[in-house]
Amino acid sequence: MNSGKTMTTGCHFSHKHILGIEHLSAEHIDHILQTAESFKEISGRSIKKVPTLRGRTIVNLFFEPSTRTRLSFEIAAKRMSADTFNISASTSSATKGETLIDTARNISAMHPDIIIIRHSCSGAPEMLTRYVRASVINAGDGTHEHPSQGLLDMMTVREHKGRLDGLKITIIGDILHSRVAHSDIIGFARMGSRVFVYGPATLIPVGLEKLGAVVCGSLEEAVRDADVVMTLRIQKERQSDPLLPTFREYAQSYGVTREIMALARDDALVMHPGPINRGVELMPDVADSSQSVILDQVTNGVAVRMALLYLVMGNT
Amino acid sequence: MSQSWLLKNGRIIDPQNGVDRQGDLLVVHGTVAGPGEAATDEVREIDVQGCWIVPGLIDMHVHLREPGEEYKEDIVSGTRAAAAGGFTAVACMPNTRPVNDGMAVTILILQRARDGFARVYPVGAISKSSRGESLAEFGDMKAAGVVALSDDGRPVRDSQLMRRALEYAGDYGLRVISHSEEQALGRHGVMNEGVVSTSLGLMGIPTAAESIMVYRDIALAEYTGKPVHIAHVSTIMSLDLIRSAKARGVRVTAETAPHYFTLTDEAVAGYNTNAKMNPPLRSEPDRLAVCEALADGTLDAVATDHAPHSTLEKEVEFDLAANGIIGLETSVPLTLALVRQGLIDEKRFVELLSVNPAGILGVTGGSLATGVPADLTVINPALEFDYTQDTVVSRSRNSPFLGWRLQGRAVLTMVDGRVMYDLNQRCEQRSS
Repeated sequence: MNSGKTMTTGCHFSHKHILGIEHLSAEHIDHILQTAESFKEISGRSIKKVPTLRGRTIVNLFFEPSTRTRLSFEIAAKRMSADTFNISASTSSATKGETLIDTARNISAMHPDIIIIRHSCSGAPEMLTRYVRASVINAGDGTHEHPSQGLLDMMTVREHKGRLDGLKITIIGDILHSRVAHSDIIGFARMGSRVFVYGPATLIPVGLEKLGAVVCGSLEEAVRDADVVMTLRIQKERQSDPLLPTFREYAQSYGVTREIMALARDDALVMHPGPINRGVELMPDVADSSQSVILDQVTNGVAVRMALLYLVMGNT
Repeated sequence: MSQSWLLKNGRIIDPQNGVDRQGDLLVVHGTVAGPGEAATDEVREIDVQGCWIVPGLIDMHVHLREPGEEYKEDIVSGTRAAAAGGFTAVACMPNTRPVNDGMAVTILILQRARDGFARVYPVGAISKSSRGESLAEFGDMKAAGVVALSDDGRPVRDSQLMRRALEYAGDYGLRVISHSEEQALGRHGVMNEGVVSTSLGLMGIPTAAESIMVYRDIALAEYTGKPVHIAHVSTIMSLDLIRSAKARGVRVTAETAPHYFTLTDEAVAGYNTNAKMNPPLRSEPDRLAVCEALADGTLDAVATDHAPHSTLEKEVEFDLAANGIIGLETSVPLTLALVRQGLIDEKRFVELLSVNPAGILGVTGGSLATGVPADLTVINPALEFDYTQDTVVSRSRNSPFLGWRLQGRAVLTMVDGRVMYDLNQRCEQRSS
């Protein structure tokens, strides 16, 4: 490879698919992050392209609308010289009543090397692996996992803090419906961070302790001495399930303000997986403060996805 | 004239008549003959050494899918699966297309059942089209042959309608079977709410969705003095409510299904759509409570909720998959596992699968007394077998037990003295 750095972990990365952080050991997460860190430099070159995945075919199969994740995967693939093809729900056969399995089999018959899938149903990527020969990368499934987002979050924190072990990571908002929160909780906990969550009781699922998170009793408790404060996009209701009365009240009770951030460590990072509801879960002055690494997350997303494409193709 | 049979050297377990003995059972002219009664000229002898001879098993909760969804199952294929599983009778739920909410569908079901391999007892709908709005014609359906009433799968939300159903059903001597579920609580849910649903990212159905409605149905039965039967009970709190209601003398009976005492929500791991049903598989404490309730009499019956679905409904995303699994061919071995574990005895096994379902539905069966129709099941409790895709008799294959090695199964099933299933093919079975 042509990334300017050599691998030092000696890790045997054997995952054909990336379905969730839950399947990755700390060693493998570390290996992905190191690989991503070495690839990051490519995006800073004037000629942003290496030939590593030349001749590989990558299909972006998106059953849910996505701007940044799909763009990020596509840029990652192109910087690795792979051929990419995008299928979105509006142009796919889904609207013609074709089943996911039939769609998968048809795509598989065209011999892609990697299928990147986003789907509103949890478990859809795992199901796909049973019907295709290609590697499958989960780009977000239902409320289950969003592993590349979890990895880019870990990469961003490690880049700024130099480590993950022992850090206090605080996640605030809709934990129930957030696949990002699920991947982050599992990932950060596995890397030795202490993960704390907080939000309205309507948005906190049962059994989070088993995933490795502590549920806090107040916003202050959650944010105090935190190394990282991550807020999640909030929705007022989902499929007529009343979760919150108003955004106004959410902002007052759970919104992260400068005053709240003052409780965190002075060098605490502000993160958000986007898209932000400015003034609801995160106040604009906090989102735009020097503590904010929200755009670093986006930049690192490309590097993490380059690493995933590289690794699932059997490179180490 | 029908064949006479001498079943030799079996263990006859007939709790209704206080019988548990080694010996022979004679069947003459389709009925159980008394000891010393002379056989007619032509008697076939079958040695059933090592097997139990029990009153024909009755599954009081199945879905036969006919009319309307014959690609999943029909009355002939479903009763063939029943006979293979040791059942001599099944009660079929009314959620067919059209719904069995009147005489016409009831008559059609019974007409088709003449070609079947087990007795079929239709359950009529509580409300027209099971829409939960107005009462169906109980009198008409009773006259046509329904044995109970239920809006299974479309639980009655309106408590006033439920109250009226209990009262009006009483006039015709029919019992209401309630699928007790507060659907608003499970509106988005596809599995039990708990650690497993959180880790799989699947929306949960809380246990309270069931127990709230179990309590409502008990309260209405207590207030009206009418009987109610609670279908497929799956939670600790529902069982506590039923146990205390029974202690107060409320006329409540209840069933559970083998999957609720065999599996937990862990079975959903890997997004296994054959572990998706409603009510959903619960947690380990709930499973243990179901076992206990089968032993202490809180639960009266084991019923399978046999719910055939094709790959069209099951080989899809978990969120989109249909609820339900087939159960007729696995009920005997899974319930026998409780006997082997010492949780229930052989007598209780027969009560749960034969005596009590007959009593609750008010149908014949549950007894091997002299002169009753010879509906009986011969079970080899030691026989092990692999339950696989290839061995399934039902038209559908949606079972979480595929690939399991099971122990104990029916080897001979007889209705009215006619052989409906014979594992060893010793007897000429009836053909359809």
